[in-house]
Amino acid sequence: MNAPVKTLEERKTELQGMGDSRLRKEDARFIQGKGQYCDDIKLPGMLHMDIVRSPVAHGRIKKINKDPAMAIPGVHAVLTADDLKPLNLHWMPTLAGDVAAVLADEKVHFQMQEVAIVIADDRYIAADAVEAVEVEYEELPVVIDPYKAIEPDAPVLREDLAGKTEGAHGPRDHHNHIFTWEAGDKSAADDAFATAPVTVSQHMHYPRVHPCPLETCGCVASFDPVKGELTTWMTSQAPHVVRTVVSMLSGVPESKVRIISPDIGGGFGNKVGVYPGYVCAIVSSIVLGRPVKWSEDRIENISTTAFARDYHMDGHLAATEDGKILGLKVDVVADHGAFDACADPTKFPAGLFHICSGSYDIPAAHCSVKGVYTNKAPGGVAYRCSFRVTEAVYLIERMVDVLAQKLDMDKAEIRRKNFIRKEQFPYTSAFGFEYDSGDYHTALEKVLDAVDYKALRAEQEQKRNDPNCPTLMGIGLVTFTEVVGAGPSKICDILGVGMFDSCEIRIHPTGSAIARMGTITQGQGHQTTYAQIIASELGIPSEVIQVEEGDTSTAPYGLGTYGSRSTPVAGAAIAMAARKIHAKAKKIAAHLLEVAEGDLDWEIDRFKVRGNEEQFKTMADIAWAAYNQPPEGLEPGLEAVHYYDPPNFTYPFGIYLCVVDIDKGTGESSIRRFYALDDCGTRINPMIIDGQIHGGLTEGFAVAMGQQMPFDEQGNLMGNTLMDYFLPTAVETPTWETDYTVTPSPHHPIGAKGVAESPHVGSIPTFNSAVVDAFAHLGVTHMDMPHTSYRVWKKLKEEGIQL
Amino acid sequence: MIPPSFEYHRPASVEEAVGLLSSLGSEAKILAGGHSLLPMMKLRFAEPEHLVDINRIPELKGVRVIGDDIVIGAMTSEKAVIADPVLNAKVPLLPEAAKNIADPQVRNRGTIGGDIAHGDPANDHPALALACDAVMTVVGVNGTRQVPASEFFLGTYWTALEETDLLTEITVKAFPQGAGYAYKKLKRKTGDWATAACAVVVALSSGSVSHIRITLTNLGPTALRAYDAESILMGKSINDDLIRQAAAKAMEICDPAEDLRGDAEYKTAMAGQMVQRAINEALAKAS
Ligand SMILES: Cc1cc2nc3c(=O)[nH]c(=O)nc-3n(C[C@H](O)[C@H](O)[C@H](O)COP(=O)(O)OP(=O)(O)OC[C@H]3O[C@@H](n4cnc5c(N)ncnc54)[C@H](O)[C@@H]3O)c2cc1C
Repeated sequence: MNAPVKTLEERKTELQGMGDSRLRKEDARFIQGKGQYCDDIKLPGMLHMDIVRSPVAHGRIKKINKDPAMAIPGVHAVLTADDLKPLNLHWMPTLAGDVAAVLADEKVHFQMQEVAIVIADDRYIAADAVEAVEVEYEELPVVIDPYKAIEPDAPVLREDLAGKTEGAHGPRDHHNHIFTWEAGDKSAADDAFATAPVTVSQHMHYPRVHPCPLETCGCVASFDPVKGELTTWMTSQAPHVVRTVVSMLSGVPESKVRIISPDIGGGFGNKVGVYPGYVCAIVSSIVLGRPVKWSEDRIENISTTAFARDYHMDGHLAATEDGKILGLKVDVVADHGAFDACADPTKFPAGLFHICSGSYDIPAAHCSVKGVYTNKAPGGVAYRCSFRVTEAVYLIERMVDVLAQKLDMDKAEIRRKNFIRKEQFPYTSAFGFEYDSGDYHTALEKVLDAVDYKALRAEQEQKRNDPNCPTLMGIGLVTFTEVVGAGPSKICDILGVGMFDSCEIRIHPTGSAIARMGTITQGQGHQTTYAQIIASELGIPSEVIQVEEGDTSTAPYGLGTYGSRSTPVAGAAIAMAARKIHAKAKKIAAHLLEVAEGDLDWEIDRFKVRGNEEQFKTMADIAWAAYNQPPEGLEPGLEAVHYYDPPNFTYPFGIYLCVVDIDKGTGESSIRRFYALDDCGTRINPMIIDGQIHGGLTEGFAVAMGQQMPFDEQGNLMGNTLMDYFLPTAVETPTWETDYTVTPSPHHPIGAKGVAESPHVGSIPTFNSAVVDAFAHLGVTHMDMPHTSYRVWKKLKEEGIQL
Repeated sequence: MIPPSFEYHRPASVEEAVGLLSSLGSEAKILAGGHSLLPMMKLRFAEPEHLVDINRIPELKGVRVIGDDIVIGAMTSEKAVIADPVLNAKVPLLPEAAKNIADPQVRNRGTIGGDIAHGDPANDHPALALACDAVMTVVGVNGTRQVPASEFFLGTYWTALEETDLLTEITVKAFPQGAGYAYKKLKRKTGDWATAACAVVVALSSGSVSHIRITLTNLGPTALRAYDAESILMGKSINDDLIRQAAAKAMEICDPAEDLRGDAEYKTAMAGQMVQRAINEALAKAS
């Protein structure tokens, strides 16, 4: 009996290609505890490193006595800046054009800064040795407030920069000034404000927070003195760039350096940079000729490896009386901590902050960002967002709310009025970004209908009029646009390397395939979704496509995964590499079917001879033929590599609405409803999209409602454990409702825009908008995050509200 | 997060444990569930040279009924407290409140005895012990003694236990017939200690209060019993105004320490909120 002929739909479904909610291929190992993380790596003869850290936030190192530590049996070495000096490794370049101390050189600049390292037989001896190292400090005045840092008589923090009036991003006008960066047209913006009938201003602080991935940072460095080869397993979101940096710093040729990012337990920007711990472990391994492991603990992770945000912003909007925005001005003081170690494309010291005109058609705009040194840990990474887009979206969404309040306009109405209209795309903003596509009006109406916005407003009105109501009700609305997928290498580079990404696909003779990428998954599910792109492009079932990333010895060079760039950049590289294979496959099919290429049609998984349904070759047939009977003049094999340099960024957008009920007695906020509509263009795997959105919303909830890194006057970071630092569990996480529209990117090969960071970027101002809205009838226009019960209670008290 | 090295001992009986404690002296610490002790050791705030692990002493675990007494072994885990049928029937405040302690991992190992012996005013069991008129059985080198909860908690990390004492049992009586109860705990997140918490046990007789306990967690150097607040309600038929007055009285005895959860003013105000809410909830359950 003949096998039943499959329908087109069945053949398509079997591929599990784009649009299919296939289950994550990563999960089998993760849920069985079979993931292989950095700390799981154990090598014969491996030694352990631990770090001596400064208890003071600003001080001069008077003396270091290693002897008591060296006297402990099992201790192999104690290294300080003086030991690294001959190698010129006591300082290292940062991604932002500054230098950062590897081990404190004469001075410490923030609490818990790395002062010395110890290498010992095991983790326990290493910890004892850390305690035994004696360091004497002379305490210096501490600067925590970035505004005070730039007062004329502020203490000099970076003595190593004495006399340097030119920084990596232009002139420095004060010893604690890093850069001032501007975008937009100042005089056009000033003109708009001079003549506008209405203007509003708001100061706001986007607090310092920490990405706090579940897995902290760490590495295992293994130098083979015989071969002269250095292999390092590292929790890195950008292994290829790290290899380049390691080669440059160590002098080991790049061909003999191998960086492997194994399974990564979340990154969120925290794992983009190169940390002193990595450098010290590598140096120690080279010096001792043995593998050295370093694993941060939680306190070290929160206290020292890269933080995010810490932007003090002044926003200004100019508008007509009926709410049409005429101009935007923004001034930011950015607290970068002790060293400028922001991870941004080189030319953008404030990242893509100039996306701060948002989803609105604003004719004139200007922004200025002033980077400042303080006695805090360095960082300033993109915490689940594209470089500073979170700050930008927060700024504009807050300002639009403030303007609406001033004009007594509804939040939805003012947005409708100012949206870039569908027919305006591609739209060039006043800051020069070319928005690829969008349909904001349709998405907004969809959300307002879904939640019955009118009814919510009516309920709120009624509650506001009821003095016995135990809660304050707030409705938050945010309509954001992101800029992701960095980026076009003519403007985006990291340390001079263009921000392309890459893919190499190899089809095996029996029709299965392997794809290797320059990115690295940290929870995004690349092994699942990348295969789906190939499946749809080439007609090979996802199930037989292996995706590999993270090993610089096997994967093609790529810039890594952060800033929602994997799908926009690497996803495009996959499609383009697949299309190269497709083109070759067509030649082979034509040869096998003895027709001209022009006579062939592609259908799901095969080439068919036009007008003759029975005559076809599947991709599996073609793969086999590629290895045993390629047409004359065509080389055997079926593989391709593509390095994709995107022509533009992509611009995902979303409409988020939140309803909060605030307990008038305790200040507790209960998120009654959160509705998130995302438009990420073409959707590759709806289940994974939902998962990413749930995760991002939950992290956004954490930032808005609880995360903080408070410092006291002495520069002590209070709350650097998970007892204080807010990571929500399933218990406090609200229920999320998700929705979507699809507006493909016109310049991306498969129309995809990227999604994983939108929910974080978009939700934070939504929670904020909801909480402020609960107080709006009292004339409150803004409240800084986080909205902990304590802080909200203080506001209730200030406004005279009680139970 | 790595403790210094220590010697580990595992006695099989109460006598052996007390013997070890007396011979090892102040360098020894009892290890129960470890969920307060081990974090302090990992941070090197506590550096005991000897740990005396009492997890393998069978007689310290479980709940027994002896006449009117309900006897809870010190090594009964929070998980076991939550599941115990006797406690659920006769002292339901304990299992209900224990659900608010930490998270499932901690509750699997953390013990009621450790929670009480630790002397941390942020822990929940001290206020619960006060609300239940618990009596602690303590075995030391000089024999066994009974200490009522009201005399047990002396200060922050300071209890009636001597260095060589072992807390073996916590004894409570069944609640009065028809008593209502509640534990209201304001916390920042799952697994957090209380910003402010209040336990209430109330019994009514012909509509008037015939028995009442109001106790507070993390609002002073020890758990607190709000005697004056109780007096306001005792013998009365409760109304909203009396509840407010009782809450105000309870707030007067609060002396909380400022931390990231809030300052003293906030925590005291929250004490007032928790007292009111706990009384209301307990009343709703009373019959
Ligand atoms: C993340 C986290 C959150 C927490 N949240 C809460 C909370 O919300 N509420 C709360 O109440 N607790 C909380 N705890 C503490 C937890 O309940 C502990 O388990 C409890 O405080 C101590 O009990 P243990 O059995 O673990 O004792 P251990 O940690 O082993 O011992 C604690 C102390 O008591 C002494 N000790 C123990 N048993 C005896 C005994 N039988 N006789 C004499 N001395 C003894 C020990 O020597 C030690 O000094 C939390 C803990 C963690 C890690």
